[in-house]
Amino acid sequence: MSDYIIQLNNISKVFEDGFVALDNLNLSIKKNEFLTLLGPSGCGKTTTLRIIGGFEMPTEGEIVFQGQKINDLPPHKRKVNTVFQKYALFTHLNVFDNVAFGLKISKTPKNEIKERVREMLNLVNLQGFEKRQVESLSGGQQQRVAIARALVNRPEVLLLDEPLGALDLKMRKDMQIELKKMQEKLGITFIYVTHDQEEALSMSDSIVILNEGIVQQIDTPINIYNEPKNAFVADFIGESNIIDGTMLQDKLVHFCNKDIPCIDTGFAKNEKVDVVIRPEDIDIKNLSDAQWTGKVTSVIFKGVHYDITVESSDGFVWLLQNTDRQYEGDTIGMSVDPDDIHIMKKVIDL
Amino acid sequence: MRRWLSYPYLVWMIMFITVPLLLIVFYAFTKQTDGGIVFSLDHFRQILDPLYLKVFLRSFKIAFISMLICLLIGYPVALFLSSKDFSQKSTYLMLIVIPMWMNFLLRTYAWLTLLENNGIFNKLLEFLGFGKVQFLYSEGAVILGTVYNFLPFMILPIYSVMVKIDESVISAAQDLGANSFQVLLKVMIPLSLPGVISGITMVFMPAVSTFVISRLLGGGQFALIGNIIEQQFLLTGNWGFGSALSFVLMVLVIISMFFMNANERNGKESML
Ligand SMILES: Nc1ncnc2c1ncn2[C@@H]1O[C@H](COP(=O)(O)OP(=O)(O)O)[C@@H](O)[C@H]1O
Ligand SMILES: [Mg+2]
Repeated sequence: MSDYIIQLNNISKVFEDGFVALDNLNLSIKKNEFLTLLGPSGCGKTTTLRIIGGFEMPTEGEIVFQGQKINDLPPHKRKVNTVFQKYALFTHLNVFDNVAFGLKISKTPKNEIKERVREMLNLVNLQGFEKRQVESLSGGQQQRVAIARALVNRPEVLLLDEPLGALDLKMRKDMQIELKKMQEKLGITFIYVTHDQEEALSMSDSIVILNEGIVQQIDTPINIYNEPKNAFVADFIGESNIIDGTMLQDKLVHFCNKDIPCIDTGFAKNEKVDVVIRPEDIDIKNLSDAQWTGKVTSVIFKGVHYDITVESSDGFVWLLQNTDRQYEGDTIGMSVDPDDIHIMKKVIDL
Repeated sequence: MRRWLSYPYLVWMIMFITVPLLLIVFYAFTKQTDGGIVFSLDHFRQILDPLYLKVFLRSFKIAFISMLICLLIGYPVALFLSSKDFSQKSTYLMLIVIPMWMNFLLRTYAWLTLLENNGIFNKLLEFLGFGKVQFLYSEGAVILGTVYNFLPFMILPIYSVMVKIDESVISAAQDLGANSFQVLLKVMIPLSLPGVISGITMVFMPAVSTFVISRLLGGGQFALIGNIIEQQFLLTGNWGFGSALSFVLMVLVIISMFFMNANERNGKESML
């Protein structure tokens, strides 16, 4: 048997209307991994989860669970549990019966059900809520019932579909920490779906970036952030300046009317490329030492740093992040170190 | 806000609902004597006659059986119609609704001609070599007519509750290990209960007081309470007794509906 608990091999999903939601997806998930599917709305995250959960049949490809192909296994026989996007709680049952649902189905002895439900409600901080109707709970509490209802069955894999999407910022931050702790404590594999890149970066062991049903990059959060594979990933993970450029030779790129030294090699001569520069990597310089100059068009305080937009003479609008305040209307100079310039192959648009 | 907008309805209600109700109560609890109109329970005493008790019992029995058959047929139909993979939903819904646009009397007369001794069913039986069967003027014919007439009133309320059940709740149950039967038992049925309750109400109430179906398909033999009431008002001219019968019927219906709803509320808490 392999080290992977779930493998998706060459999975494609074409809906009846001909829409291609997933295109040749390959994904291997290790035991106890916290894996996040990240991408903009409509990129196929939910579809991927539904295929793993058994609610959607892939058009092509195989789903392998602990070494066994499970394409034809119906949802109720799969050893995964799901926390659904909108919780999907049973409104006709109280909190206890919601959480106990799976255990009752599996004919667990009554005493054990009681014990395990109590334990789980403690874990999600809902002790004493057993008799409450789920509709009387707040969004955050309902969300925790949904997590408890799935986790109480001790699944091998927990699928979570934007579980924190409906919560306010403060609650979301708290729940992120709680979820991560739970995952480590229980040693369960989490497959987590979000469109929030910050959430993905802070919680995951590895991140899968999806766009339009195609995997863009699979890597650790640090690598995804520091070494985005293409302009889409760079743009999606954190804000980036993405500029059309031309590779003049190894380690020299032309963009924004300047020939700029960089560290990338291996491109064809005069190949069109995307130049990606993180806003925090742009240094503010004296006008005489700068690679470019431009006029400050807006300054927004973000708590620790300022978001500064600068329009250079060629019309490109730069985003800078700097802890020093600048003033609207001033002309400033900008420079970038060669190793902060990321050159990426153009994604060929079909 | 625009309170006066509701005045026409208020006037309507007072004239055609409140006043007739008060009149029924008045006629039921009074009688004409030489000394004028006096309070009396005579009409209610008359109802205790086994003859009338039997009619009450029969009315409730036929209404109950019809309602049960409507439920047994209607629930699966609603379940089927509400399933998301079912694409010809609107066609089938139309087929259920269209008979309701036809006059109630016409629909019932249609059954009369179908079930007659020389009707289509008997012709068919003859053709197949069986003997004729006396369909009409039996309890079965009355039940058949009732079920036919009121079935849509069972299907539609259940259907309208079912289509509102969130697909993801069913997925959640499957996700937690429930097979199709357990999903039905533990999720669909409890969640569609409000529709079932209103379906039962909408079938049982008109069924228990019908007099057209029982007269046309049951002949004289299967008089229901509605027939007796009609008789008192239109034939015998005994408005007092007719009112008392109506009053008792009303109270009985209210009591049974009250129990239904109480059951639902308890059910919600103790279900499974
Ligand atoms: N049953 C369906 N039929 C047709 N298209 C669908 C169906 N379900 C989802 N899609 C489409 O597939 C794409 C991916 O959907 P989804 O996986 O839900 O995206 P997300 O990443 O936001 O969760 C969307 O464009 C959606 O409109
Ligand atoms: Mg989604």
